Amino acid sequence: MSEPLLSVSHLRKSFGALAVTDDVSFNVAPGELHAIIGPNGAGKTTLIHQLSGSLASDSGAISFAGDEVTRLSMVDRVRRGLARSFQITSILEAFTVLENAALAVQARSGSSFRFFRSAAREAPINDAAMAALARVKLDDRAHRRAGSLSHGEKRQLEIAIALATGARLLLLDEPLAGTGREESAVLVSLMRELKETHTLVLIEHDMDAVFALADRVSVLVYGQLIATGVPEVVRNHRDVRAAYLGEETAA
Amino acid sequence: MSAGESKIALGGKTARTTPDLARDRRRGIVDGRGAALAAVLLLLALSLLPPIALLIGDPFLVVTATRIMIFAIAALSLDLVLGYGAMVSFGHAAFLGLGAYSVAILLANGTSDILIQTLVAILASALFALVTGAISLRTKGVYFIMITLAFGQMAYFFMVSLSAYGGDDGMTLAARSTLLGLPVLNSDLTLFYLTLGVLALAFVGLRAVIFSRFGRVLRGTRQNPVRMQAIGFQPFAYQLTAYVIAGALAGVAGVLLANQAEFVSPAYMSWQRSGELIVMVVLGGMGTLVGAIGGAIAFLLLEDWLAKFSEHWKLGLGVLLVCLVLFTRGGIAGGIERLFRRAPS
Amino acid sequence: MFNLFLLQALNGVQFGILLFLVAAGLTLIFGIMDMINLAHGVLYMVGAYFAAAFTALTGDFLLGLAIALPAALLFGLVLEFLIFRHLYERDHLDQVLATFGLILILNEGVKILWGAAPMSVPIPDILSGSIPLIGPLRYPFYRVVIIAAGLATAVGLWLLVNHTRVGMLLRAGAVNAPMVSALGVDIRRLFMLVFGFGAMLAGFAGAMVAPILSVEPGMGDGILILTFVVIVIGGVGSVRGAFVAAILVGLVDTLGRTFGPIVLRSLMDPSAASQTGQTLAPMLIYILMAAVLFFRPSGLFPAKGAAA
Repeated sequence: MSEPLLSVSHLRKSFGALAVTDDVSFNVAPGELHAIIGPNGAGKTTLIHQLSGSLASDSGAISFAGDEVTRLSMVDRVRRGLARSFQITSILEAFTVLENAALAVQARSGSSFRFFRSAAREAPINDAAMAALARVKLDDRAHRRAGSLSHGEKRQLEIAIALATGARLLLLDEPLAGTGREESAVLVSLMRELKETHTLVLIEHDMDAVFALADRVSVLVYGQLIATGVPEVVRNHRDVRAAYLGEETAA
Repeated sequence: MSAGESKIALGGKTARTTPDLARDRRRGIVDGRGAALAAVLLLLALSLLPPIALLIGDPFLVVTATRIMIFAIAALSLDLVLGYGAMVSFGHAAFLGLGAYSVAILLANGTSDILIQTLVAILASALFALVTGAISLRTKGVYFIMITLAFGQMAYFFMVSLSAYGGDDGMTLAARSTLLGLPVLNSDLTLFYLTLGVLALAFVGLRAVIFSRFGRVLRGTRQNPVRMQAIGFQPFAYQLTAYVIAGALAGVAGVLLANQAEFVSPAYMSWQRSGELIVMVVLGGMGTLVGAIGGAIAFLLLEDWLAKFSEHWKLGLGVLLVCLVLFTRGGIAGGIERLFRRAPS
Repeated sequence: MFNLFLLQALNGVQFGILLFLVAAGLTLIFGIMDMINLAHGVLYMVGAYFAAAFTALTGDFLLGLAIALPAALLFGLVLEFLIFRHLYERDHLDQVLATFGLILILNEGVKILWGAAPMSVPIPDILSGSIPLIGPLRYPFYRVVIIAAGLATAVGLWLLVNHTRVGMLLRAGAVNAPMVSALGVDIRRLFMLVFGFGAMLAGFAGAMVAPILSVEPGMGDGILILTFVVIVIGGVGSVRGAFVAAILVGLVDTLGRTFGPIVLRSLMDPSAASQTGQTLAPMLIYILMAAVLFFRPSGLFPAKGAAA
C-alpha cells in the first residue's frame, strides 16, 4: 500500500472528564474514499473538527502528505490542501453562488491585500470557480444569490467551495444531512465522480450511501474506533453489529 | 461564538435564522448601480449648494453643509468597519479628534500647511488604530465594544490632560491651515469645495476597496467568519487593515473639522460622539456607502431641528432611537429598508 | 510620604468598592445574557438622584437611602420589562443603539426633573467626622462606612453566588446559558432577577456616593466606562474577577494620579515630570487593561474558558 495521504495516530480530545475522541488512529490512502460512521454522540463531529483544525487535540498526531499538521490552524491546513465542508450549511448567503466559489479560489491565488481592482472582474479566478461549480452541476446557478438556492443545491455548493480551495483531500461532514431522496441521489453521484480526482473522508449517517461509495469504513463508538476495513467486513463485524447496526434495525 | 448559542437558549427560539437572512439582505449585496447613481446625484446637488445659498441670501448654509459633509466622511469611514466589517467599534470619534489635534498642535508649533498636517493626522490615527485595533480584535462581541469604547476614552483623557493645548477647554486656532503657503482656506467657500472633494474621493476610494479582493474578504468575513477560515482566510489581518484604513480616513475628517470650527476640544472625541457616529451609519443603512452619507445628513439635520423645539432635544433623540430599535424588527436599518421597499421602485 | 500613601490607598480601595458595586451586576448581564448594556451607568446616576430626592423629602439620609434602594430595584425591573427583555435576542448593534438612546433619555430626564445644577446631599451627623488611623493621621468616617458597606455587599454576593441555588444557576449561566435553559429553568425570570438586582447594586453605589460627590446629570457616563475596564480586566461573567479588577483599577487610578508625577520626578526634571505624570496618570488604567488583554484576552478570571 502506498504512503497514506492522511495519517491519524492516537488522537484524543476530552471535555472535562468525558473523552469525546479516545485514541483514534487510522490512515487514508491517496485516492481512497474513507467513510467514518457511528451512532449519534460517538464523537464524529469532534473528530472532524480536530482533523480540520478548528479544535485543538489534547494529544496524538495528524500528518498530511507526509507533514505533521497537528498544531496547525484551520487556515494553514486548508492552504496545504486539507479542506472541509460543514454539516450545517455554511455558505455566504448574501453572495452569489459564483462569488462563494470565487472566494475560495482567491484564497490560493496570490495576495488578497489588493484594494482597488474589482475582484468580480478577475477572469482567471472566475474561470476556476466556474470549473468547481461545474463539477457539482451548479454552473447554471452561478449568478443566483446563494441564499436563494434549494437545500440540496446548498449542499452541492458546500462541496464546490471545498473543491475550489484546490484541496487534495476533502473532509465531508454529513453532506447528505437534511436532504430528500432525489437530492441525496444527486449528491451520491457527485461524490462518486469526485472519487476519481480527490481523496475523501466522508462522515455520514446514510448507510446506503456509505456502503455504496466507501472504499473503507471506520466505525466510531463512544470516541473509539472499534473497526476499520472494507465495507463488507465492517458490515459483518460482530461488535459493529452490536454497537451500531443493531441500533439501526431496532430504531 | 457564545452569541449564537445563548440566543438559541432563549426559549429555544429558532427564529434566529430569519433575522439573519433579513440582515444579510439589508447589509448584504451592495449592488452598485443604484447606490452609485444616488451618490453622484447627492454630490452634484451638494456642489450646487453655494450658489443656491447665495441666491436665497443664507450664506451660513455653506458653513452648515461643510460641517455635515465632514461628519459624512467620518461616517463613511465608520461604515467600512461597522457596516462592511461587522465590527461594532465604539471609539471612532477618537480618530476624528486625533486628526483635529494634529492641526492644532502643528499650528501651535508653527506648521500651518494642510498637506503636512493631513499627513501627520493620517499617520497618528493609523498608528492609534493599528495598536488599539490589534488588541481589540483579539476579542469578540461584547468585549470588542467595551474595549474600543475604553480606548476611545483613553484618547479623550490624553487630550484633556494636555494643558499646553487647552486641556479640558480645548483651544481656538490662531488661523486656518494654509495650502503651500497660501491662506486659501480662509474662505468658507474654498473649505466647502475642499470638503466636498474629500468626500467624493472618500466615496470613490471606499467603493473601490469594497469591491476589491480585500473588500470581498471583508464582506465574506462579516457574513460568516468560520467559513472564511475554512477556505483559508485569517479574518484578523483583514479586519485590522479595515480598522486602520477607517481610522486614517476619520483622521482626515478631523483635519477638516478643526479648520471648519477653527477650534479643537476633547469633546470631539467623547464617547457620545462615537455613539452619534454609529447612529449616523445605522440611520442611513449599514453597508451602503451612500447610506452613511445620507445618515450623517439626516442625523445632523434632525439634531438641528430637534434643538429648535427644546433644550432637551437629546431626550427626543433617545426616545426615537429606543422606539426605532424596539418597534422595527431587525433594527433601524431593517425598518428603513422596509419603508423604502414599500415605495414603488 | 507613607501617610499620603496610606490615605490614597484607602481612597483607591473606596473607589474600587464603588466600581465593584456597579460592575457586579453588569458583568452578570454581559456574561449570562450576552448582552451589551450601555445604560448601566445611568442606573448609578438614578440611584444617586433617588438618594438625594428621598433625603430631601424625609430630611434623613439613612431613611432616604432605605427608600432609594427598593426604588432603584423597581426602576430596574420596570426598565427590564419595558425595554431590555425585548433586546436579549437582538444583535449587539441593536442593543448598543437602544441603550445609548436610553442614556440620552435618562440624562435629559433627570435634568428636566431636578435641573441641570448639581445637587448635594449632606453627610448625616452620625456618619460624619473622622477616625484616627496612625499617629495624627485621620480618615473620614463616611468613607470607611462606604468601604465597609461595599465589603459587606461583596461578602453577601459571594455567599449568594457560591452557596445558593440561584447562585449556582448564575454561575452555570455565565458558562453555558443554553444548558441552564435546557435544565428547565425559566431563564427569563433569571434574567429579570439579575437585571433588577444589578440595577439595585448600581443604584446603591450611586446613593452611597451622593454625600461625597455632586449629584448631576451625566455622572454615570464616566463610571460606566471605568466599569467596562473593570469587567474586561476581570473577565466577563465573573463576580470574583469584577471584585479583584475593581480594587485593582481603583488603586492604580488613585495612586497613579498622586504618585505618578512623584515617581517620574526621580527620572526627569520636575516640570517635565509633572507634565508627563498628569498626562499618563489618567491613561494608566487603560494601559493596564491593554496589558491584561494582551496576555489574557478573556480577562483574569474568565467565566467561559472551559466550555468553548
